[in-house]
Amino acid sequence: MTDVNDTQAAISPLDDTVRAEMAEIIARYPEPRSALLPMLHLVQAHQGYVTPEGIELCAEVLDITEAEVAAVATFYTMYKRRPVGDYHVGVCTNTLCAVMGGDAIWDDLSEYLGVGHDETTDDGKVSLERVECNAACDYAPVMMVNWEFMDNQTPQSARELVDRLRAGEEVRSTRGPRICSWKQAERVLAGFPDDLATEGVAAGPASVVGLELAHENGWTAPEGGQRELGGSKK
Amino acid sequence: MSDTTLTPVLTARWDQSDAFTRRNYEKAGGYKALRRALQRKPEDVVEIVKDSGLRGRGGAGFPTGMKWSFIPKDSPKPTYLVVNADESEPGTCKDIPLMMADPHVLVEGVIITSYAIGAKHAFIYVRGEVLHVFRRVLNAVAEAYEAGYLGQDILGSGFDLDVVVHAGAGAYICGEETALLDSLEGRRGQPRLKPPFPAVAGLYASPTVINNVETIASVPSIIAGGAEWFRGMGSEKSPGYGIFSLSGHVTKPGQYEAPLGITLRELLDMAGGIRAGHELKFWTPGGSSTPVLTAEHIDLPLDFEGMAGAGSLLGTRALQIFDDTTCVVRATERWIEFYKHESCGKCTPCREGFWWMVQILERLEKGDGTEADLDKLLDMSDNIAGRSFCALADGGVAPVVSTIQHFRDEYIAHFEHGGCPFDPAASTLFVQELGAKA
Repeated sequence: MTDVNDTQAAISPLDDTVRAEMAEIIARYPEPRSALLPMLHLVQAHQGYVTPEGIELCAEVLDITEAEVAAVATFYTMYKRRPVGDYHVGVCTNTLCAVMGGDAIWDDLSEYLGVGHDETTDDGKVSLERVECNAACDYAPVMMVNWEFMDNQTPQSARELVDRLRAGEEVRSTRGPRICSWKQAERVLAGFPDDLATEGVAAGPASVVGLELAHENGWTAPEGGQRELGGSKK
Repeated sequence: MSDTTLTPVLTARWDQSDAFTRRNYEKAGGYKALRRALQRKPEDVVEIVKDSGLRGRGGAGFPTGMKWSFIPKDSPKPTYLVVNADESEPGTCKDIPLMMADPHVLVEGVIITSYAIGAKHAFIYVRGEVLHVFRRVLNAVAEAYEAGYLGQDILGSGFDLDVVVHAGAGAYICGEETALLDSLEGRRGQPRLKPPFPAVAGLYASPTVINNVETIASVPSIIAGGAEWFRGMGSEKSPGYGIFSLSGHVTKPGQYEAPLGITLRELLDMAGGIRAGHELKFWTPGGSSTPVLTAEHIDLPLDFEGMAGAGSLLGTRALQIFDDTTCVVRATERWIEFYKHESCGKCTPCREGFWWMVQILERLEKGDGTEADLDKLLDMSDNIAGRSFCALADGGVAPVVSTIQHFRDEYIAHFEHGGCPFDPAASTLFVQELGAKA
């Protein structure tokens, strides 16, 4: 593990563009302070983590204290206090995923990358984290890359995944879009969309097993409902 | 086996390509329910949802129409609708695929609900760790604005509504409604003391309705189909359909939408049973905060009353299935580590209690515990549950109390055996691969 500060170019300061984006976020809400969570995502989008400069700017813009901003920034696990690699890789080790293989994936991947929880590889590419349930239990064991789903993983597929990420190859979520950079992901979470919303399938295979079984057996909701939405498909 | 069948309503379009676009949603009849609702008085819409008997799909099961009717009529402050899309309860995985495949049914539900309760501003609070889901909802809201379903004078009705899609930042506790409100106000997500309830003093101390994604997404079909149609499914006290999420050691894990009251036996039959060569050991009806049940409970109706009768809860219908290879002590320890990690720290019994429970469970799993530890765990459970602001504490003790109740012998076997008698590799999905390496 290393301090990515040593290997990355200097972080660019938060300029007037960022202030304008923060003003745009604030305008969405009836009360300015509601903008704080997306503003902190925006700081990460620009600087790769919640920097002291980012905390100062949020405090100044919202007219609250730096202590109040820091209290919020340290409460939520998605806000990072050290630079994150290009790819944030999460392995679910909550009970169900752990039992189904998440623990084995974690042990193997952590050894393979030579980093532990909340640490980044020497090349600054991959930050590894044990994550809690990510609401994809029917695809266990689950991993996340920059908060995109990588379903049904094994120790072998996890190694291949990080190899491809580190080699700079294009990687796609198993039921989503191309994996973007961690900073781009944070920008979207601040409410500034990219053009990836229509990439990927509507639903992965496990999401539709019940629906497929219903089709096979001719099962439908009773007549009288919103037929096109609920009743028979034809 | 009875003849309960699946009833896809919310999941009905998930297998269609690009189901998430407005165009495809409209082609399937989407936004017709909105037009119909806007022709009725708001109080009539509330009445239809009341008559349907819809109960909250986020776990607690509070009657939705009644919740809406608690909004005071004469408040000088604005009314808000907040959608709880912070799906994080271990095992729960229904709202995420819903928003990914069919975000417009949620948006349509938001508009109808806002109209019914008189809200001009609504928020969809999506957990942050699901980037693509957030994109899809953001996109659906933008598409709804373009079509005039959102904004000023919606479809010429005179009704105005703005919707903000808001990303959380990684905190299970924000699924608790008052913690969510604090988070949405830009603060640490810590629960509030109730009363006052959100209907009176919610977001910005204004009247607020908070509903789960699946609840709000059920509204368009209830408006289109009518209360009687909805009541034609499920049981008298738990009417309607719901998404049942099967995960773990089943042959075909996934989403199965069925009338409330279906049994685990029926669902397991549909899912191809427990994985080959193994037997059901324990399961959660609705996430890790609902007490675990065993094979003897598989014929009970999966509805609010059926689960309460067995000493558990329906919760979010998150059926996590574990077979005979799973160590119940290991499973419980991991769950309690989760509650320890996610405790917001506001209340001492929860903050300290789960920390100590993890210490005890760790030594039990290693075989260093004693029978007195089990009594201590139960005693601590008594001191955590009901002595904290929110339900995280009550939910967190559920796995401890229920697994000691059903599997006391297995806890004891750990220290008699001098360690865990289970091979963790045997419970994985890639047991052969791991075996070959060893």
